[in-house]
Amino acid sequence: MRKVSAFNLAAIVLGLVFLYLPIVILVIYSFNASHLVAVWGGWSTRWYAELINDVPLLDAAFISIRLALVSASAATILGTLAAVALVRFGRFRGRLLFASMIYAPLVMPEVITGLSMLLLFVAVAIDRGFWTVAIAHTTMAMCFVTVIVQARLVDFDMNLEEAAMDLGASPLETFRAVTLSLILPAIAAGWMLAFALSLDDLVIASFTTGPGATTLPIRIYSEVRLGVKPEMNAVCSIMIGVVGLAVIAASLLAKFNIASGTPARPQQKPPDQSLLSAGGRNR
Amino acid sequence: MTSKRSFAEKLVVRIPYAWLLVFFLVPFLIVLRISLSQPALAQPPYTPLFNLLAGWHGITAFFGALSLDNYALIGSDPLYLLSFVKSVEIAAFSTLFLLIIGYPIAYGITRTPRRVQALLMTLVMLPFWTAFLIRIYAWMNILQHDGPLNRLLLALHIVNTPPVWLASDTAIYIGIVYSYLPFMVLPLYATLEKLDESLLEAAADLGCPRSKIFWEVTLPLSAPGVLAGALLCFIPAVGEFVIPDLLGGSQAPMIGQTIWTEFFGNKDWPAAAAVAIVLIGLLVTPIVIFQHQTMRAVERG
Repeated sequence: MRKVSAFNLAAIVLGLVFLYLPIVILVIYSFNASHLVAVWGGWSTRWYAELINDVPLLDAAFISIRLALVSASAATILGTLAAVALVRFGRFRGRLLFASMIYAPLVMPEVITGLSMLLLFVAVAIDRGFWTVAIAHTTMAMCFVTVIVQARLVDFDMNLEEAAMDLGASPLETFRAVTLSLILPAIAAGWMLAFALSLDDLVIASFTTGPGATTLPIRIYSEVRLGVKPEMNAVCSIMIGVVGLAVIAASLLAKFNIASGTPARPQQKPPDQSLLSAGGRNR
Repeated sequence: MTSKRSFAEKLVVRIPYAWLLVFFLVPFLIVLRISLSQPALAQPPYTPLFNLLAGWHGITAFFGALSLDNYALIGSDPLYLLSFVKSVEIAAFSTLFLLIIGYPIAYGITRTPRRVQALLMTLVMLPFWTAFLIRIYAWMNILQHDGPLNRLLLALHIVNTPPVWLASDTAIYIGIVYSYLPFMVLPLYATLEKLDESLLEAAADLGCPRSKIFWEVTLPLSAPGVLAGALLCFIPAVGEFVIPDLLGGSQAPMIGQTIWTEFFGNKDWPAAAAVAIVLIGLLVTPIVIFQHQTMRAVERG
């Protein structure tokens, strides 16, 4: 039987403290009554109340949410198609280039992706704004969706599809009734990841945005560049709360494992190797 | 699969393929082209890309206008070189720190019962889902002059005068290690978790001391995870913008900041494009290794 040594335990506990303590401190400070961020002035919700009057900030939040909904949905469709193509279509012409274009954006520094997207939009003289950011986010996020769905498809028991076909289902019916329903949790995980990526992105959005499309991260960034502000502590705490709750709720509903981005497997199997899935990024 | 595919099946490949060609590959070619053009006082601020209507003359003009001036500028101005060196140095050391911190965490998690492992990995990955920018901002709070960290250090009498954390390379390292930790733990966990226990038992049965088992069996067997984690952290860290911009100082910018400033500040688009191309050139080898690994890992299932 494996033993958890004191050293193992210390590593886990310290690691989790390191990951979560800064977030906890941020949330605590958002309830600080004092105007000076570093001085504790007692508990208060005044900064949350003041947010309601911050119209530019609310506008930016609204734009960001719309943007995340649009780009996550588009990225999920494109990413799922790409995953099906990679797993099911064998060695089609141009497959290597296709696969390279899927995996490169996972690690490509955002500054480069943002700059190249912008130069494309300028070269074809498209006015920049909401839709250019949406296109850029879709392109970045679809690759993450592909990796998640692909990991699920590779795992897939092909016999199920063959059984459906033997029973007289057409390929399309088989795909809808069997394949799609089995990979649905991975697709849902992909959509959520794409949503989170879009909601979070500062660099790519800064390059590709235009008048009237200031996203929440761009707004937050311009506020905090020069230092910590109490209102920003409150906004950030709300974002953490909303995203955190959404992720936990979705993972309970879909019963998929956040750590792997794939559905919970039968118990005898370990909690999963298709790692990247979650981080989207890969081993 | 049969070789004859229906039109609908072809679309499954062609739609995402076309999307990536137009929005991923073509933009790179444009960056390459602009890096070879001269800055101009115009909108957009570079000499025209091409003029198809001019026919053959247009094509010769296209090649005639190509210039390596921007690359010469990068080569001659030590600012760019310093920026590249600093980025690679910070990314390399951060990756090393991440390995040192991430490995015991991943290893510790594999020692716990299976059900707990799933929960712990979920906890490790959860911060990834919550906004990246906000997690860096959280560190601005902690590291400020009279912030929680300095108060703690003063209260414990570890220091007598509060040290300056923000606007330093130390803060950049903290920021990178903090935000990339899940990416390091995940691949390490994935390989360690699949490690064949019987090999460790065999080594122990043959009288190998525990520390030696780790160095000679566990660590070599987890090499793929180490490589994957290192690439996953190193490549994006080299081009990092937000972390050095919010936590770092203004002395020597990292390369991501240099591209940003050339672009938004100096409005020298060709120079920004040339810096981006050099950065891609620098990262192309690790990126190709990463792609190769990912492709193999994903397709093996």
